[in-house]
Amino acid sequence: MSSVADAHGRDADRHHPDLVHHFESLPAQKEAATFGMWVFLVTEVMFFGGLFLAYTIYRNLYFHAFVQSSRHLNLTLGAVNTAVLICSSLTMAMGVHSSALGRRRATVAWLLLTVALGSVFLGIKAVEYKDKFDHHLVPGERFQAEELHLEGEESRPAQIFYALYFAMTGLHATHMVIGIPIILFIAWMAHRGRFSPEYHTPVELTGLYWHFVDIIWIFLFPLLYLIGRHH
Amino acid sequence: MTTQIGPGESGPPRPPVPPAPAEAPPPRVNYLNVAYGVKSWLLTTDHKRIALLYLAGVTLMFFLGGAFAVLIRLELVTPAGDLVQSETYNKLFTMHGIIMVFFFLIPSIPAVLGNFLIPLMIGARDLAFPRLNLASWYIYMIGAAFTIFVLVSGGVDTGWTFYTPYSTTYSNTHVVAAGLGVFITGFSSILTGLNFIVTIHRMRAPGLTWFRLPLFVWAHYATSLIMVLGTPVIAITLLTVVLERTLHLGIYDPRLGGDPVLFQHLFWFYSHPAVYIMILPAMGVVSEVVACFSRKRIFGYEVVAMSSLAIAVIGFLVWGHHMFISGQSTYAGLVFSFLSFLVAIPSAIKVFNWTSTLYKGSVSYDTPMLYAIGFVGLFTIGGLTGLFLAALGLDVHVTDTYFVVAHFHYIMVGGAIMGYLGGIHFWWPKITGRLYPEMWARVAAVIVFAGFNLTFFPQFILGYLGMPRRYHAYPEEFQVLNVMSSAGASILGLGYLLPMIYLVWSMRYGPRASANPWQAKGLEWQTASPPITENFERQPVVSEEAYAYAPEEEARVV
Ligand code: HEM
Ligand SMILES: [Cu+2]
Repeated sequence: MSSVADAHGRDADRHHPDLVHHFESLPAQKEAATFGMWVFLVTEVMFFGGLFLAYTIYRNLYFHAFVQSSRHLNLTLGAVNTAVLICSSLTMAMGVHSSALGRRRATVAWLLLTVALGSVFLGIKAVEYKDKFDHHLVPGERFQAEELHLEGEESRPAQIFYALYFAMTGLHATHMVIGIPIILFIAWMAHRGRFSPEYHTPVELTGLYWHFVDIIWIFLFPLLYLIGRHH
Repeated sequence: MTTQIGPGESGPPRPPVPPAPAEAPPPRVNYLNVAYGVKSWLLTTDHKRIALLYLAGVTLMFFLGGAFAVLIRLELVTPAGDLVQSETYNKLFTMHGIIMVFFFLIPSIPAVLGNFLIPLMIGARDLAFPRLNLASWYIYMIGAAFTIFVLVSGGVDTGWTFYTPYSTTYSNTHVVAAGLGVFITGFSSILTGLNFIVTIHRMRAPGLTWFRLPLFVWAHYATSLIMVLGTPVIAITLLTVVLERTLHLGIYDPRLGGDPVLFQHLFWFYSHPAVYIMILPAMGVVSEVVACFSRKRIFGYEVVAMSSLAIAVIGFLVWGHHMFISGQSTYAGLVFSFLSFLVAIPSAIKVFNWTSTLYKGSVSYDTPMLYAIGFVGLFTIGGLTGLFLAALGLDVHVTDTYFVVAHFHYIMVGGAIMGYLGGIHFWWPKITGRLYPEMWARVAAVIVFAGFNLTFFPQFILGYLGMPRRYHAYPEEFQVLNVMSSAGASILGLGYLLPMIYLVWSMRYGPRASANPWQAKGLEWQTASPPITENFERQPVVSEEAYAYAPEEEARVV
């Protein structure tokens, strides 16, 4: 199909190699791509929104059970993970910044550091999950509400808390599991010298995605670990 | 509209190029003959080719969904449940609904006509993200494959609505695979919407301001908003159903304190707006067709454009009208009822404005116009009966009866599919470079209209008399009306088969089409039929309002 593009003589000479054929200029292409990413993040907000809605409703309906269940989450690990994730957002921002300045080495280094922090987060999350399995706090037949000092009627909604806990943090972790290979790929492209101050949109978009995943956690942490704990 | 040559070039606009005579040879290279072979199609990033891939996909799904409709109507010819058992019948209407809603109506106009036309209408070379566009087709096909798997492996019986706790706890059919199929195809819808939004914002030709956009583009913009805001919600909803079935999540399980009605809220939060995903694009088609065949600018263009946005916004606030008898609070019911009345206003505005456009227009009745007029009439009936249903008291009487079935079929079949067929005929010369046989097409349009009414009007009466939906047997006094309906369905089926035949025929034997066989306005008509891969030889520049048909209009805007 390149023969068609060549038929429009103007295409052949005018272009930066990263400018795809249907955009007028690199800035226009970048703006479109960034805008597209923002729209995508809006859909992500709606996607998580369903679970946040369920959380809000059931927390109001079964306040006590939620508070008791929340107490069993490991605050220290949660807080450490929050710090880790915020740091990873910082390193990601540095990566984007470096790529905008055309610093190849630094870009790769920051991106790899981001991957490392993301992996630490997932590791800690795995430890937390294992703890819940060990204490029979996974929804299902073997769920043991006694762990939570809940009895009778109250014990059943505790399963809903843990269902939401696993669903929300699991969905969040899934987003990280998807994000990490993407960052690795981008780092590899950076290493190959594919980006320049004029063209580094993929780095920026990956950054946007990563910050979004981070922000989701910033909401999950207080909702699941913190609020109501003092009751 | 005039095409100036070269962006930024000043000087008087050139006179419009006279339409090429019908026998003129087609351009040597166009998007269809630029490359041959399966690979050139399956790996294409040309929005026009992807539109045709979608056309193949949705046509397949349409006839598949239609096959289930045939079986349903056959069963209902007699009062006794004699053709299939009730379990099988449940699967029939479920597969019918899932396929028609998620795999035909939702993608039909946007992914086929929208995909093909939006870049052409706004003077762009492609959508903003061509590879994403191709990816969306593959995602659609994967979702469709799941659904076909469900179909061959025994089906699913929850109804297209997947209501809990039946879907999560009791049904023994393939709910997980069916849910995943819809979940997956949802992402194709999201990507299409995202692509349209960015394209319409960023890629309009010089001079093409928002209020010069064709109403088709406005309608797709509103549709895309719903797609990107609503679809993720049905995605998470179906995901939770799947998780509840497989991992016993419990959030819809009353035994744990979960609430099955929460599912209904989440489901309809998407699925009411989704009905506008189905109808708004058809409204866009009708606006184009009505303007062209009355040779007039659409009356109240701005209001029609804005009413699309109003529908998209208010459409998100009325979902509770599907839940009047679900036990939601009376006050919620009142508010939802009121808001449902509000959402009818922008739809009514469109109907009035199309009608006013006809007034003193020089109207001609080619096939696309027949479909457009059919749309206006049938959509009006569907919309008005929607208002009946939105009235709290009346709804309690007719909910879950054939009245509801007739209501939404008037809109989805009488409205959306009529719009789709009208659009396919209108732009067929542009898409294929061939003219379809007008005589046959008019006959088919009339058959569709007659068959449709015979099929679905009796269902209003049936429902009002109390025949419930989703049963395979019924009391004998309902038989006459049911036989009428089944007879109508066979006529309707014939009406759908005819275009299938003569359109395919015309691809090879139809006379060659000129660039602008309808003498229509709009950038898509200013390039060759079929267009070249890059859409336009030169970047078009727009210096006129949309639909500058009548001479006095042209005088006003220059
Ligand atoms: C004019 C605005 C509309 C109003 C006020 C309206 C109102 C309603 C109401 C109140 C119901 C629920 C009836 C019941 O279950 O008892 C309903 C059902 C339905 N409507 Fe509409 N409607 C409108 C437009 C549409 C459009 C544009 C479509 C499709 C393109 C549509 C498709 C449906 C469907 C599919 C159902 C049935 C869903 C099911 O239970 O399976 N409606 N409508
Ligand atoms: Cu509705």
